[in-house]
Amino acid sequence: MLVEVRGGSFDPWRELADFQRRMTGEKRGKYGATSIFVGTMRDFNQGNDVRTMLLEHYPQMTEKHLHKIAIEAVARWDLRDVLIIHRVGKIAPDETIVLVAAWAAHRAAAFEAARYLIDELKLRAPFWKKECLPQGERWVSSE
Amino acid sequence: MAITVRFFASLRERMGCEQVVLDSQDIGTVAAAWERVAGDEALPANLLMAVNMEYAKADSVVRDGDEVAFFPPVTGGGHAC
Repeated sequence: MLVEVRGGSFDPWRELADFQRRMTGEKRGKYGATSIFVGTMRDFNQGNDVRTMLLEHYPQMTEKHLHKIAIEAVARWDLRDVLIIHRVGKIAPDETIVLVAAWAAHRAAAFEAARYLIDELKLRAPFWKKECLPQGERWVSSE
Repeated sequence: MAITVRFFASLRERMGCEQVVLDSQDIGTVAAAWERVAGDEALPANLLMAVNMEYAKADSVVRDGDEVAFFPPVTGGGHAC
């Protein structure tokens, strides 16, 4: 299990490949399904151009709750492994905001767990987004 | 004998600071900590609260040495998706 808050840009596909490569022997050959969600920054939102975004978080509380969510998923589904990486700091369009992945023997568990990870992250992990528009800055609301 | 109160995101900007350290005397709940930092301003209905990094409610107990935090609804994950 890996849960990480990252201050710089990252390539989700490389992270997945590296993580899977590092899996120990006991996990190899034991998963038949990997479900992935990648959230990427857009250059538009609510009819406005968005130039950059600032992702703020509550250090330590963020990691604590991401871990909790990951542990809940592992308790609820028969998973081989779980990965969560979330970006913080200044971010540009086309960069990855979040990556979640779940490895399981069968697809139902992998799909459901990945959905659970991203949905719970959005509800509970203390991150906030501020968009920088040509007209000025605005906080993204949860509605 | 202190309680640290932290603010995040739009609330941090509105309060004009990241944190305040309060004398813990007479602060028994999260609501009491809010009253001390915000004066007459009522606790906004959608504001989230935490004590020692666990989600809490207005009537949650606060003890000496605790860290209380107030922040707006969270917006992590994909881009407003």
